Amino acid sequence: MKILQETQQLIKDNIRDYGMYIALFVIMLTFNMMTDGTFMSSRNISNLLDSAGYIAVLAVGMTLVIVIRHIDLSVGYVAGFLGAIAAILLMQQGLSIYLVIPIILALGIIIGLANGFLIAQLGIPAFVASLAGMLIFRGALLKVTEGTGTIIVQNEVFNALGNGFIPSLGMVNARHLLTIIIGVLGVLFFVYSELKTRHDKVKYNFDVISVPIFAVKLTLISLIIAYITWILAGYNGFSWTLMIVLFVTIVYHFISNKTVLGRQIYAVGSNPEAAHLSGINVKKITYLVMGSMSMLAALSGILYTARLQSATTTAGMLFELDAIAAAYVGGVSSAGGVGKVTGAIIGAIVMASLTNGMNLLGVGISYQYMIRGGVLAGAVIFDVLTRKRGK
Amino acid sequence: MAKTILEMDNITKTFPGVKALDNVNFKVEEGEIHFLVGENGAGKSTLMKVLSGVYPYGEYEGDIVYQGKVQQFHKINDSVDVGIAIIYQELALFPDLSVYENIYIGNEVKHNGIINWNQTIVKAKDMLKKVNLKVKPETLIKDLGVGKQQLIEIAKALSKEVKLLILDEPTAALNEDDSENLLELIKELKKQGITCIMISHKLKEVVAIADKATILRDGQTICTLEKAKGEIDEKTIIRHMVGREMNQIYPKRENHEIGDTILELKNWSAYDGQLGRHVVKNADLKLNRGEIIGISGLMGAGRTELALSMFGNPKNYKLKGDLVLNQQPVHFKHTSDAIKAGMAYVTEDRKGNGLFLLQNITKNVSASKLQGIAHHGIINNNEEIKIAEHYKNSLHIKASSIEQLVGKLSGGNQQKVSLGKWLFAGPNILILDEPTRGIDVGAKFEIYTVMNELVEKGLSIIMISSELGEVLGMSDRVYVMAEGEIKGELDSQSADQEKIMELATQ
Repeated sequence: MKILQETQQLIKDNIRDYGMYIALFVIMLTFNMMTDGTFMSSRNISNLLDSAGYIAVLAVGMTLVIVIRHIDLSVGYVAGFLGAIAAILLMQQGLSIYLVIPIILALGIIIGLANGFLIAQLGIPAFVASLAGMLIFRGALLKVTEGTGTIIVQNEVFNALGNGFIPSLGMVNARHLLTIIIGVLGVLFFVYSELKTRHDKVKYNFDVISVPIFAVKLTLISLIIAYITWILAGYNGFSWTLMIVLFVTIVYHFISNKTVLGRQIYAVGSNPEAAHLSGINVKKITYLVMGSMSMLAALSGILYTARLQSATTTAGMLFELDAIAAAYVGGVSSAGGVGKVTGAIIGAIVMASLTNGMNLLGVGISYQYMIRGGVLAGAVIFDVLTRKRGK
Repeated sequence: MAKTILEMDNITKTFPGVKALDNVNFKVEEGEIHFLVGENGAGKSTLMKVLSGVYPYGEYEGDIVYQGKVQQFHKINDSVDVGIAIIYQELALFPDLSVYENIYIGNEVKHNGIINWNQTIVKAKDMLKKVNLKVKPETLIKDLGVGKQQLIEIAKALSKEVKLLILDEPTAALNEDDSENLLELIKELKKQGITCIMISHKLKEVVAIADKATILRDGQTICTLEKAKGEIDEKTIIRHMVGREMNQIYPKRENHEIGDTILELKNWSAYDGQLGRHVVKNADLKLNRGEIIGISGLMGAGRTELALSMFGNPKNYKLKGDLVLNQQPVHFKHTSDAIKAGMAYVTEDRKGNGLFLLQNITKNVSASKLQGIAHHGIINNNEEIKIAEHYKNSLHIKASSIEQLVGKLSGGNQQKVSLGKWLFAGPNILILDEPTRGIDVGAKFEIYTVMNELVEKGLSIIMISSELGEVLGMSDRVYVMAEGEIKGELDSQSADQEKIMELATQ
């Protein structure tokens, strides 16, 4: 009885976070039933996560941009343009890939700092500044691909970033060994960090959830990680894209939760004036967040170019809107100061699942857009309603 | 005997927890200039908002009798329709629209829904003549000074055939000439039969042009003075304004040693580029170690601006003069420099620019000194929790836990969080801007006690306050500000309510 009450209270308090996971779960289950298990097959899940990758990294950066009450519309064509530059440097200039990637990321940072200059220094609304950037980089992409058209990338290492898988180190029962090892490590790390957090909270006499519920939570999430690992291990294992997305997520999650910088970002978003009066340099934070956004756009461009194994003249089109949608589905608030990096990833997976599932079902493209729009509106409505009740 | 145009009978208006107006009676006769006078928070503006329908019928008790009829204003337009116009201190003009568009906005000259602009301009010219303003009707509002904008507001009111004109501190933002001009115009309007209610802090003006002055104090009518009976002079008004009993108890400071000068302002001025005027003018001020100085003054006197100009200048005022800290002149580029130099500023507007309402107590307390709980930029959560717990206990913050969102705390507890946040930054100089505004008596006393503990430890406090009792009860010395200038300095022995009010209303 007590456990039931606690569960109810827990769901009530965290409805926004849980709602997103439940929605993802329902979407996946529904598609799985409708496709007779094809949706959750090893091959499809692997494909789905890879196709979400280049939007997911954008959504992570976009979440922080929206947290500090700005927006960046230029990320799509920045990704497209820098992807094309990467292809040119690799194929036409013959530079080493180990040089090309840092160059592209650095160019991304420079573009982001330029955005930051317009927004923080000159006080131009981010919407307009980045709209200008969007047009400029769309033009720049056309310009650099003008002579050649689509640039085919013939570099195995580069293309592996979008299509390749981590080495297996041998197969066990037709399962990918290294993937299983990483999965097991992931579960162990998760259990350890949860136990440590709980231990600390107990030390300070904070309220913690009761042991049975805690155990259920641990088991459930561990099982999910294990299950996804198991599925992927049955195909080609973890892809490089997935590893990169995981890496970006972990780094950004750490920065936003554990560092002074992260705290300052949320403080600026929560109340810029109070942040300024607390000695936080609001301009510097704006520069950093915009710089990080375009760096991730560069990464997105690399992932996308590698996935297609070519740089096209229309690469990057509408990425920005997909990223913004993923961030909002992931629970970011345009009022500022609220939104999680992990939420953005889930948001990106929700949107990719919808596309993937509807493709499997053969839903027409017209309906696909409408349904995705509906899900986005639904997520934001849910957000607004739960927030209102919270007050 | 002139006809009574307005009678407000037994008006009572309650906000959650506060009685802003308590059985106020207010009577205005036709064709007179009637001033409403009182301290900050006496209820002047609230009374005028009841009259103009901002607080609609049903939200207050009592009757408004206007032109012999009981009125029930449900919205602002209801009062406009019967000829009542109110002009607020913050002007409600559209800076990017022209003078004529502004005058006739909401009251367009139209025929079948189509605006006749030519006729609008002709009419606007008439209105401008009435207020003696020589500008082209096509001029944009943003190109006019505040004084002229004020006149446009009046012209706008006149265009609606106003009978009762209410002006809320019309001269607060004006210079001498513009003020003079405005007062002349009001006398002119009186001749044309327009009744005028004015709220003002400048007693000189009251003495100069008032026919009557009603004094409010703590939401109650104290008396109405009449010029005809020779009752209107500054001394009498001040006596009635401040005649409050000192019933609040202030904790006494024990062994209280005042040390060397720690902060000094020399000929300190701050110019606000956006407002186009000085918000602080030639201020000289001294703060000694272990001392509480009070900065008193009425709303808009420049007290908050003074604090901001010292505290890293976040509003980018153009500064002149010297800020001397521990005998060293300093120039702060950013608030973070001021914090590093040992200053802290607890803001007047907790919710607006003091706290992060959507974050919990822990994160608020650590916000102004994050590096104090971090190692190589990585936050030590356990350390942070310890500190938040420390301030929660030592300041008696009432919350379910330090994880509670600050937005959900009561005003008093929010103020304590704000205080805790700045104490954690470890300042030598603490600026408190209206530290007890909107909080209950118990919490006030606790904050006073904390202030005493701090100065006993050698901190210095600058307390900005509108509450005279608090200023007198807590300060070692008092500076009084008006119109951006420090009008005088009083020590705790010689200061009293009348003297402060005299300086503040200059």
